[in-house]
Amino acid sequence: MFEDLSFSLEGGSALVVTGANGIGKSSLLRTLAGLVSLAHGSIRLEGGAPDTPSEEHIHYFGHQDAVKPALSVLENLQFWQSFAAAAHVSGFSGSSVDPMDALNLLGIGHTARLPAAFLSAGQKRRLSLCRLLVTPRPVWLMDEPTSALDRVSETQLLGLMNAHLAAGGLIVTATHSDLALEKTLILHLRAGDAAAPSPEEALQ
Amino acid sequence: MSTWALALFQRDLRLSVRVGGSALVGVLFFLAVVTVIPFGVGPDLNLLSRIGPAILWIGALLATLLGLDRLFQADRDDGTLDLMLMAGRPLELVVLIKCLAHWVATGLPLVVAAPLLAIFLNLEPAAMGAVTLTLLVGTPALTLIGAIGAALTVSLRRGGLLLAVLVVPLAIPVLIFGVSAADAAIHDPVPFLTPFLILCALSLIAAVIGPIASAAALRFESD
Repeated sequence: MFEDLSFSLEGGSALVVTGANGIGKSSLLRTLAGLVSLAHGSIRLEGGAPDTPSEEHIHYFGHQDAVKPALSVLENLQFWQSFAAAAHVSGFSGSSVDPMDALNLLGIGHTARLPAAFLSAGQKRRLSLCRLLVTPRPVWLMDEPTSALDRVSETQLLGLMNAHLAAGGLIVTATHSDLALEKTLILHLRAGDAAAPSPEEALQ
Repeated sequence: MSTWALALFQRDLRLSVRVGGSALVGVLFFLAVVTVIPFGVGPDLNLLSRIGPAILWIGALLATLLGLDRLFQADRDDGTLDLMLMAGRPLELVVLIKCLAHWVATGLPLVVAAPLLAIFLNLEPAAMGAVTLTLLVGTPALTLIGAIGAALTVSLRRGGLLLAVLVVPLAIPVLIFGVSAADAAIHDPVPFLTPFLILCALSLIAAVIGPIASAAALRFESD
């Protein structure tokens, strides 16, 4: 899929992956998440627990919300809080948020007791976002994080992402919309031909 | 360890109780299988009581197969499986706990219904008890073996049929020793304990092999 792709990110910075549809932005994120195995090369996270694979330091916020319609909103979130293991690396100071506080923060606190089936697409997305807050992990992989979100939630999401960066976390996000993040690197993927298979990397 | 395991167990149990009443459907299917057999073989009570344990076992096997295809597929469809792979919990244990919750929701009701259905088949009280006991010990093995099939067919849209084809041959040993233990309880000269202990051993083996094989299949499928 990818050739000669290499980048490094330091704590507190974000990488925005851009490129045309089907170029492999989602595949890149899934590879980083350890869901697609590498043919060559390596992914390293410095400062993590030595015997823990890098994907266990990562929150993956993909297209699918992983929300169970039959469970209540709070039950969904509480499950992820107890199921996903928290991870810390040196230089990352993120902490766990109480599930109810996380729901209130994203404006869906009033739906906590309702079955998640009643949520709209945007609300489900926000519930899925809460998952990133209740378990602290230093790396966030976000695939089109703004899809299905309205303007207000988009601003809120930016605030959360900036707070995560401020706490020393990392964000890798694939997006088409402009995100006003602090300390951003841009990785632009483009189709390579046999002669010049080099994806660009540019510092903004 | 116990907190996340308990959370997973509770969640899976809640889901299977709230979605579609899988326990009730399984028991009704079990009832349907057991009630059509007397119509097929005729009203010979001696014949029925002789083949009764086998019918109950085959009915339980078919009813177990019924709900297995959703064991992992529901989690794969909404992206939960990806997150479970990244959760930092041993996948083998995750599978084992999911199987346990699935068995409590779908297998245990079959065991509870078995004595009642045994009346339809003219079983004596001793045979009733023996069949129920063998089902209690043997149905977890069916669920755990079925989990391998469920994990292998997780990415297939209509994997339920293939799952049945894959799982039935593997379930034959369990069926053999389950039925022979139940038969041994009725016919005196054969000891009950020998086949029963082998059945217990099969369940324990399935509890080791099932989760390891299913976890390997799920990891492979995520690529």
